[in-house]
Amino acid sequence: MIDRRRRILKAAGALAGGLAAGLLKPVLAFAAAWNKEAFGAKTPADALRSIGAAAAAPSKDILIEAPQIAENGAVVPIEVLSNIPGTKSIAVLIEKNPFPLAARFDFMDGALPFVKVNVKMGESSDVRVVAEAGGKNFTATKEIKVTIGGCGG
Amino acid sequence: MAAGPMKMRATLGSGYTDVRVLMSHPMETGQRKDASGKIVPLEFIQNVTVKLNGRTVIEGQISQAVSRNPVFSFRLKGGAKGDRIEVSWLDNKGETNKTEAAVA
Repeated sequence: MIDRRRRILKAAGALAGGLAAGLLKPVLAFAAAWNKEAFGAKTPADALRSIGAAAAAPSKDILIEAPQIAENGAVVPIEVLSNIPGTKSIAVLIEKNPFPLAARFDFMDGALPFVKVNVKMGESSDVRVVAEAGGKNFTATKEIKVTIGGCGG
Repeated sequence: MAAGPMKMRATLGSGYTDVRVLMSHPMETGQRKDASGKIVPLEFIQNVTVKLNGRTVIEGQISQAVSRNPVFSFRLKGGAKGDRIEVSWLDNKGETNKTEAAVA
C-alpha cells in the first residue's frame, strides 16, 4: 500500500518537475512570466481581478495623455504618468477591446512610473489606467473616441 | 522573420533619462484575415525588459493590443552620459531581440 503510494507520488513529482522545467524555460530570460490569465480576460472586471486591482480607488494623481479623438484605431498613442509616491506598476486597459488588458509595466528602483505606448482600439472606449503603490491600487480613466477601428481587416 | 531591427535613443531630459525604443514586429491580433480569407495567427510581443547598466529597471508585459512595430517611451531616474541602456523583448513564439545604446 505504502509502496504503491510512493510510486504514485514519485510519478507525480517527476511530471511536475518536467512541467516546471518546460514552463520555466522562457521565464529564465524574463523574470516575470506573461500573465496569461489577466491578458486572456475578456471583461475589464475580470482583468482587474486577475491583476489584483478589483478594488482600485479613483485618483487624480494618475495622468493620462491621449487624443480625445483617434482617427486611426490601429495606432493610438497613450502616455501615462503616475504622481503617486512609490508607484510600482502601471497597467493599461482598453475597456471595450476584446481582451481589455493591453499592457502592464513594473518599475524598479531607477525607473520613473511613466510609459508611452501605442495601442490598437477596436472602437471608442474608456481607457483605464491602474497604478499600484504601497500595496494599494489606484485608477483613472479617459475616454477616447475612435473613428476607424484598429482590429480586424 | 518577426525579429526585425530595433532602434533606440536615450537622451538626458530634465532630471531623467528619456528612452525611446522602436521594435519591428507584426503584432498580429489573431483576428485579422489575409487576402485569401484565412485568419493570420496570433503573433505578438509578450515581455519587454529595460536594463540600465546591466540592472533590470522596467519589466513590461504587453498584449496583442499594442500597435504594429511598437514604440515605447520610458523615463529613468537621473542618468549620466554614457550609461548603458538595453531593451529586449520576447514574443509568444519564443523569438527575442535586443538593442543597446549609451545615453547621449
